[in-house]
Amino acid sequence: MTNHWRDIKNADLILINGANPAEAHPVGFQWFMRAKLDRGAKIIHADPRFTRTSAVADLYLRIRTGSDVAYFGGLINHVLQNNLFQDVYVRNYTNASFIVKQGFGFTDGLFSGYSSTKRAYDISSWSYEAGSDGFARRDMTLQDPRSVFQLMKTHYARYTPDVVSSITGIPVDEFKKVADLVGQMGKPDKVMTIVYAVGLTHHTTGGQLIRSGAVLQLLLGNMGRPGGGMNAERGHANIQGNTDHAISWEILPGYLRIPAPGQKNLDDYVAQSAPKKSDPNSWNFFGTNYRKFMVSTLKGWYGDTATKDNEFAFDYIPKPGQNSSWMSIYDQALKGKMEGVMLSGMTAASIGPDSNQVQQALSNLKWLVVMDALPTTSSEFWHAPGVDASQVKTEVFMLPATHWIEKDGSFVNSGRWSQWKDQVVPPQGQARHDHWILADIFSRVKALYNQQGGKFPDPIMHLTFNYKDPLKPELDEIAKEINGKDLATGKQMTTFANLKDDGTTTAGDWIYTGSYLDSGNLMKRRDGIQDPKTNDPTGMGFYPNWAWSWPLNRRVMYNRASADLDGKPWDPKRPGITWNGTRWVGDVPDYPATMNPHDPNAYLPFIMNGEGVGRLFSNGMIDGPFPEHYEPVESPVANPLHASVSASPVAFLYDQAAGRPNRFGTAAEFPYIATSYRLTEHEHYVTQHVPHLVQLQPEPFVEIPWELAQTKGIKTGDKVRVSSKRGKLEVLAVVTKRLGSMTVAGQKVFQIGIPIHWGYVGIAADSDPSHGRYWLANALTPFVGDANARTPEFKAFLVNLEKM
Amino acid sequence: MPAITRRDLLKAGMAGAGALAAAGLGFDVAVAESTKVKQNLRIAGAKESHSICPYCAVGCSLVAYTRQNADGSVQLLQIEGDPDSPVNEGRLCPKGATAMQLATSPRRVESPQYRAAGATSWKSVTWEFALGKIAQNIKASRDASFVTTDGNGNTVNRTEGIAFAGGAAFSSEEGYFATKLMRGLGLVHLEQQARV
Repeated sequence: MTNHWRDIKNADLILINGANPAEAHPVGFQWFMRAKLDRGAKIIHADPRFTRTSAVADLYLRIRTGSDVAYFGGLINHVLQNNLFQDVYVRNYTNASFIVKQGFGFTDGLFSGYSSTKRAYDISSWSYEAGSDGFARRDMTLQDPRSVFQLMKTHYARYTPDVVSSITGIPVDEFKKVADLVGQMGKPDKVMTIVYAVGLTHHTTGGQLIRSGAVLQLLLGNMGRPGGGMNAERGHANIQGNTDHAISWEILPGYLRIPAPGQKNLDDYVAQSAPKKSDPNSWNFFGTNYRKFMVSTLKGWYGDTATKDNEFAFDYIPKPGQNSSWMSIYDQALKGKMEGVMLSGMTAASIGPDSNQVQQALSNLKWLVVMDALPTTSSEFWHAPGVDASQVKTEVFMLPATHWIEKDGSFVNSGRWSQWKDQVVPPQGQARHDHWILADIFSRVKALYNQQGGKFPDPIMHLTFNYKDPLKPELDEIAKEINGKDLATGKQMTTFANLKDDGTTTAGDWIYTGSYLDSGNLMKRRDGIQDPKTNDPTGMGFYPNWAWSWPLNRRVMYNRASADLDGKPWDPKRPGITWNGTRWVGDVPDYPATMNPHDPNAYLPFIMNGEGVGRLFSNGMIDGPFPEHYEPVESPVANPLHASVSASPVAFLYDQAAGRPNRFGTAAEFPYIATSYRLTEHEHYVTQHVPHLVQLQPEPFVEIPWELAQTKGIKTGDKVRVSSKRGKLEVLAVVTKRLGSMTVAGQKVFQIGIPIHWGYVGIAADSDPSHGRYWLANALTPFVGDANARTPEFKAFLVNLEKM
Repeated sequence: MPAITRRDLLKAGMAGAGALAAAGLGFDVAVAESTKVKQNLRIAGAKESHSICPYCAVGCSLVAYTRQNADGSVQLLQIEGDPDSPVNEGRLCPKGATAMQLATSPRRVESPQYRAAGATSWKSVTWEFALGKIAQNIKASRDASFVTTDGNGNTVNRTEGIAFAGGAAFSSEEGYFATKLMRGLGLVHLEQQARV
């Protein structure tokens, strides 16, 4: 989230796409209801299913899954055609005025630079034209035909209400109602928030689905403001913290890029990774400090071994040669190139996508380690129903790990609030903490290299282990390491602005610098609603002394954009930060605290990118500088905008690239659209072990539109088979009018809803005669993902439906 | 009548069943009554700790009550919403409200389990056995799949044949530690729940 949960109460209009917060984040949803009840905010919910979120929304739109770029594109078009954008903001706080190079274009569904043999773009034309000073040329009148503004206007002119309706299935008159409401949000005293969840990310166009919302928010001047922003609701307790700390192939802690092959030293690394300044008034804070953050991490990891002479052990950091994300792991296993996998609190067999293929991948491994408190479908995959265990050659270890409540440490919520928790109870039975298990394994591996030698052991030998007990590091010690310290004084760093690139400072994760000072651990702070007057001094719900929020305890990111050119809040009733003549006050400013906004050299508001302004046009995505609608890989219709380039032209097709048989189905065989989702009473798969929750939602089911059920003779409670090209589900039918038919590209289509929570492990499976043999929802989902992030397309695929 | 909040009731020891029983009495009476029955509550004399809900990422604060038994064991008595939190203001959803059944469960894996290639059942093993064998596997797979220099002559120092994934319920510090150790082993295949 750019903002945070409580901040949603500050919105005038709440757009919810690809999310069902009333059921999936029910307690967070109270802040949506506070906005509605206390300030008359309107809620607009666009979702394939009518859910409890829809029930309290002012407008519900039945949208075809995966078509949200068209929805947002239509809104962008409405705002541009009718001059409803926030004019001052768009001119000064976005790159609308930047001039794009000659050679950039978009024709028949393809941006300039496409190679069909590589299925990739050469993005060199997706950049700015440089002026004589070397910076990007700008036209503040926004009239230049090559300005981002004019290019964008042309690009989205195609997204008329009729086209939007044809793609999304939303009737034209309903879409116009939304456009009218959204169009009012570009006024400085109005603010809209967009809230989304994995219903936007789980698509081959996931990144662009989100970007299309962000572009709309920039046009309306809503980024950086309380009550505004782009707000991702995350699904697991600490998915945010573990993304920040980079358990992710492409990054190092704090969103520093993983070095790439060919980068010989830090100069190469920074040159290819850090944003570059493209406007004289851009601070380019991230780009300017990139090297300091990287060196401070390397110093934290490699201590005295990391010296200026060896580029601070830059060579010790592995440099991936290709995408190494979730699906790539199993793709490598299918190719026989993956020997061992360690899974902690994450079950590959249930998660999929294409669980049957993942199951095969697990069988191809030499060894699998599962660290979990409870059995999972991965720890048990080798004797899943229908599997002959004697044929599975994978060696499997199941290590009992502790639960969250048996250890301390922090959880970071969707709103970036890092909240410390106590160790409440000791570990049950023989369970051990995950980090102690890893520390122990690591020390054993190190001992083996000491005894036997082996391939390049240096990064193992020299990794810092400055803990009182190297086999049992305390999370408190690690929290201090993450914050970092000044090596000369031994004092904890107070801000990342003071980090150095000369090896005199450390920071395990620079965005957490400031969370753990010499005075103590700020994540433990508990000044909450017991005293709102004292603890929420601005009345905006920031609660600055409750826990700690990255970066630097800032509660709303990009908050310089919450104030106008003079430093006054766009809406005085909802200030983010305010220039008081001497300094910025309010939230922790995302800006130098004493920089006068009237200074001709004052920095532009978005300090983290090279432009200094929000990017309506960006070369940061590999599938286009403007979001464009592409069909899901499995779709019943051809793209109404450009049938010859129907699905994403750059989505990576794993099976095809590896020479495996095609596993995508067609509408002829699998005529219905399916989408997967989650229920209030379960969380992924672990709750299959919680008796009360299993009682509340005991059995797997699929939701079937009433009209379709009539034609098939299916009644609620009947057993049905839902099949895709990849696998099948055999579960109960719930016939409902919450789902219905829609007209897409002139064709009548149905969407089927599939909750994901069941499998062959858990209380329900234990009492099922088939032991939950065909209960894995992800047996149906396709092994393909977002062109940029490789997030699987869990939310849009084709199935057939039969009564059993 | 002064406004009585849920927080006041909790302070008066009126959580859970006590609050329900007194719900018909009117608040001022209820507070007085609650003071009298406080000593009989399940959480009377219990240690109060703070936690965060382990499920979604709203980040609801929890209050957990424990008691140390005569044999030294610690018993978890109750988990409920923390009324001071600006995030949840004491509220919990069905998952958070049943967090205690996740915390203490007879379904937990009791000891390290091992299943050899082709074996048809688990075997309980010692930690020593399991960790020793895993370390040997890691070393063997690392040595077998480690690439020092790629085809273009670039130094890449990466382990291609091992993957690590997980951590959606790790404390952040565990997650950071996992990243540090796995990169130290040269892993490039690193993943957690953000994508899936």
